[in-house]
Amino acid sequence: MSIIEVNNLTKYYGKARGIVDVSFNVDEGEIFGFIGPNGAGKSTTIRLFLSLIYPTSGEAKIFGKDCIKFGPEIRQEIGYLPSEVFYYEGMKVLDLLKYSASFYKKDCTKRLYELSELMELDLKRRIDDLSYGNKKKVGIVQGLLHSPKLIVLDEPTAGLDPLMQQNFFNLIREENQRGATIFFSSHILGEVQRLCNRVAIIKEGSIINIQDIKSLQAENYKKIRIAGESLDEKAFKFDGISNLQRENGVLSFFYKGDINQVTKLISDIKLSDVIIEEPTLEEIFLHYYE
Amino acid sequence: MNIFKHEFKSYLKSVGIWSISIFLIILVYLAAFYSIADDLSMMDDLLSSFPEELLIAFGMTDLNFTSILGMFGLVFLFCQICLAIQASNYGISLVSIEEREFTADFLLAKPVGRGKIMTVKLLAALAALTVTNLSVWASSFLIINFLNDGPPIDNKPLVLLLASIVIFQLFFLTVGLLISLLMKRVRSVTPLSMALAFGMYVVSAFGGMLGDDTIDVISPFKHFEPNAILTSSAFDPLVLISVAAILIAVPISYRLYTKRNIHSAV
Repeated sequence: MSIIEVNNLTKYYGKARGIVDVSFNVDEGEIFGFIGPNGAGKSTTIRLFLSLIYPTSGEAKIFGKDCIKFGPEIRQEIGYLPSEVFYYEGMKVLDLLKYSASFYKKDCTKRLYELSELMELDLKRRIDDLSYGNKKKVGIVQGLLHSPKLIVLDEPTAGLDPLMQQNFFNLIREENQRGATIFFSSHILGEVQRLCNRVAIIKEGSIINIQDIKSLQAENYKKIRIAGESLDEKAFKFDGISNLQRENGVLSFFYKGDINQVTKLISDIKLSDVIIEEPTLEEIFLHYYE
Repeated sequence: MNIFKHEFKSYLKSVGIWSISIFLIILVYLAAFYSIADDLSMMDDLLSSFPEELLIAFGMTDLNFTSILGMFGLVFLFCQICLAIQASNYGISLVSIEEREFTADFLLAKPVGRGKIMTVKLLAALAALTVTNLSVWASSFLIINFLNDGPPIDNKPLVLLLASIVIFQLFFLTVGLLISLLMKRVRSVTPLSMALAFGMYVVSAFGGMLGDDTIDVISPFKHFEPNAILTSSAFDPLVLISVAAILIAVPISYRLYTKRNIHSAV
């Protein structure tokens, strides 16, 4: 069963583009990644799900029900973590979480304390006094305390330290095992690859690719930079290598294919330095979608 | 109910400040006028020597300084200005506060419809205004009876005047709300509510001075002129214009809010 169904969804803000003709489905139990650079339309799509904004045309259905017509009903089972978290000033963390819990039909008290402990959240502090990362934690607890069937995360990891990110990812996996479907928006390819089953890539308001994560990894590009004295560019002109550039004795290129082929080649050369890394999403877009 | 409690709590401090301010205004001005009451009877002569237009502009045409109620009519005008600013504040920030402080992402992602959010918020604001209203009633009766050492006052015109507060507040609450929803983003509430409240006062005052009675009829300050109510013991039929404005502003506001795009913080 599709938890999210998006059909030809289009949103213009006046003349400015939000998203154009976006269609995809998210199945029950999936961790669905939604990836794209800033301004691509990720938040627009999410805000349409929550009927914070209204579509210009097309429709989105959640749990098989129209997002706008059945908004309040479907939001009973959605947990949402916005990319920027802002809460009522002057409130204590616990008061805010209790206020949040009071909107749901079920009793969330137990889960509220469990999650707060897991995220190491100090419930007695005032929200205005919290750091960005701690506010984000409030957001996470607030979004998950009612054990929703669909969890919508809009760039959730920004501001969390690596240890907390790990906690958070574990938490999301647990929620997923419990049966929750996860919609995970991000501009960091690495975290999407770690967590998701399937990804949609959005660019300039349009979906350009939907893939499952395995096939995305199969065409895993590496960004390789080598530095050395007698580098011969010609040796690197073979299939799988692209965007070969030479600058100040540093040779850089993208490689896709059997990694052994390239490491064998590199091992024969006398190098002063080597970097093999994941290309950034922007670089992937730059080279493979234009 | 949870939203109502949350909202109402957020008004408490403001209601306290406004109530105390209005109490002090009534006490200080009325006591001041009353203590110089004897001299004020001469004031009547003085006033009558002022140009008519000036008196109209400052709402001093029907002034009657020989009784405490007459003085209260002038003092009540200051109360009206306060009440107008307060109600405009509440109206303009009613739903816009969630967008300005970016808490809309929290509230509107909860399982409640926008219509219901607006209804509950309106009720909470109304409750807050009613508490202020009641404190104005109490302050007025208390202070007038405390100061008055002449014959007992006629309660009917006073009750009528105080009863006018409800519609007066509702006008600024709902018109403020409508204004906030007609704007793309309300950056700051106070300048807007000041403009609305004083703007309406000025329209009423100067509309009267210019003798142009087509413009001042839009102002509740005109509809609820304290001295007119006190002297005639009746409402001006113009009150219906205030009522009409409220009845128009509310449904349009609902419509605008339920259709509104809530933009993200960044």
